Amino acid sequence: MGAEFVQFSLTPILIGIFAAIACALPGNFLILRRQALIGDAISHVVLPGIVVAFLVTGTTATGPMLLGAAGAALVAVVLIETVRRLGKIEPGAAMGVVFTALFAGGVLLLEQSDTSSVHLDVEHALMGNLEQLIWLRADGWGSLVDPVALAALPPELPRMAIVAVIIMVLTVLFWRPLKLTSFDEGFARAIGLPVNVIALGLVATAAAAAVAAFDAVGSIIVIAMFICPPAAARLMTNRLSMQVAWSIAFAVLSAVLGYVLAGYGPIWLGAAGSVSAAGMVAAISGVILLLACLFGPARGRVGVAAGGEAP
Amino acid sequence: MGPFLEALTFQAGYNAALVAIGAALLGFAAGAGGSFLFLRKRALVSDAVAHATLPGVGIAFIVMVALGGDGRSLWGLLIGSAVSAWIGLLAVEWMVRRTRLSEDAAIGAILSVFFGLGIVLLTIIQGMSRGRQAGLEDFLLGSTAGMLFQDAMLIAGGGALVVAAIWLLRRPMTLVAFDPAFAAARGVNVRRVDLAMMGLVLAVTVIGLKLVGLILIVALLIIPPVTARFWSQRAETVVWTAGCIGAVSGWVGAALSASAPALPTGPIIVLVAAGLFALSLLFAPVRGVAASLMARRAFQRRVHRRQGLLALSRAEPIHDPLTLRILRREDLIRPDGVATDTGRAAAAKVARDERRWSIARQLHHDTALTGRYDGLTPIEQVFTPDEITHFDAAIGGPNLAGGT
Repeated sequence: MGAEFVQFSLTPILIGIFAAIACALPGNFLILRRQALIGDAISHVVLPGIVVAFLVTGTTATGPMLLGAAGAALVAVVLIETVRRLGKIEPGAAMGVVFTALFAGGVLLLEQSDTSSVHLDVEHALMGNLEQLIWLRADGWGSLVDPVALAALPPELPRMAIVAVIIMVLTVLFWRPLKLTSFDEGFARAIGLPVNVIALGLVATAAAAAVAAFDAVGSIIVIAMFICPPAAARLMTNRLSMQVAWSIAFAVLSAVLGYVLAGYGPIWLGAAGSVSAAGMVAAISGVILLLACLFGPARGRVGVAAGGEAP
Repeated sequence: MGPFLEALTFQAGYNAALVAIGAALLGFAAGAGGSFLFLRKRALVSDAVAHATLPGVGIAFIVMVALGGDGRSLWGLLIGSAVSAWIGLLAVEWMVRRTRLSEDAAIGAILSVFFGLGIVLLTIIQGMSRGRQAGLEDFLLGSTAGMLFQDAMLIAGGGALVVAAIWLLRRPMTLVAFDPAFAAARGVNVRRVDLAMMGLVLAVTVIGLKLVGLILIVALLIIPPVTARFWSQRAETVVWTAGCIGAVSGWVGAALSASAPALPTGPIIVLVAAGLFALSLLFAPVRGVAASLMARRAFQRRVHRRQGLLALSRAEPIHDPLTLRILRREDLIRPDGVATDTGRAAAAKVARDERRWSIARQLHHDTALTGRYDGLTPIEQVFTPDEITHFDAAIGGPNLAGGT
């Protein structure tokens, strides 16, 4: 746990943790509202967003990329709602139509334009580049208080940290309305809460988390963190505050364990190289969810004994 | 358009023709198979199935290499993908049945975890000495570049089998898709039919891996059924229409992609299907946007016409510009707003029917009849002529002022 750890592993792990928390927090409410797959849809449409941003600006600078991704997420949410209302189609199918079509458009644009010279491809958008977000200027734990070394931190770290903190603050500020609208929309409407605005705000927050995280960690982690930690947490407790706490714990555990296993696991097994950290984080969150499904104290439906068959 | 027409008529070379035929059959199987899933409101389960194929592909490759093969046999890879997709599918079912998680959460969890696992396996394979040229990434987005005759036969034969299975199972699957509780009461094993439905989706996914790739095969399972739904209200028609829409998308998409470089087959097929969807959304009769806009306009005109005539009959002034325009166009009022003879006659009829309705509501307490009063349905469509004569008797003749 010396200089090498600080140089090569500390920043990716921290970025992974912040990304996981930023996604898991809105994920809690999305799961309660049965909108879990909106995260999946958003992370698919990020690809056309960044391709269009690249074609318009000609650079792969972070600013335009994030703007493009956010714009695409907005377009996707509006399109899904339009298709659902105009075509009177159930939400799942409307989502399926919109995000696959937009993703196909993104792949086509990517193939049509000359992007071979820049680092922009489908696999990058899927897997991210967590392993490459290293802190070369660091030479030990002391660098954490060294302003020169701190200035050379990968820019993804402060960005992801700020997004995670903003989402935490939003969750605390809007705790009561979020809780009410997620559990009993009719009641929330009756006491005068702006239910539609809150729903839109939640989706927008989820989109912001997805867009900020995809660039650093890729879409796989984003989808997995939206769903797996909150779903596992939902099986642990009946209280929303406890569920959110569990989900953060699970998200952090997945990020740390996933990164460590991806980086050092093959070496411990005697093999060379490492495996995809993004994939491993998703896989670990799946293992946690499996354990929660098997042993979580609140895994059964209300009125059914834990582990029993649904009526 | 030259190369495109050539490809469309299978003249653009052996490989392109193979791809076009395979894509059309795959599109048909996907559209028809996806319809039941869509009618059952479980369209996105296919997303979990598709993503769950990836670890199977990786494991099959590793196993085949360990057994001394070169690991690229399409058969082996597809069997591996089918096994892991089946495991993913059972995992979704298990989570929904045994825990309180809803289906969308289970779908999202399985798709992200299996996909992540698959990516881990792909990075392991890239580290293997034989893995560098494995080309397993092609399964993400499909690739028709190196398609062999066997591959095309596999797609065509598999597609035909799926269509045959759909035809055999169409009755129980329709029943379950519409009303699972009723199907269960009729003695249909709902869970088994559901699994059969999923099995067909899984077969389509596995067959389509090579051509469209696992991320976009979902589109072929969802977009054609949603599109077909605009054109018909009958389940069986929706299924076969969806099949045809899928086939056309596959065929036209494959031809387009063969006609120019840098047009990847899978995305093009999906975009053709999305184009057909957009056209149907806008222009389909009855359920399309244009049709419902026109129906709304027609309704609005009828309401305004009636309100205008009622106002005429009571000699009230009309201010609404749309009402004035409609009445003028039908020559019911003169440009200066005074009623014409036809206008007066029509107004008198509207006022008389209004009286008849109010009598009808006093005499009939049958809301099934009087409840049809919306001001627009002609009274002659609801009551028989002698009933109307009866109402007219109750209205009575004109009363002279001061009595007789």
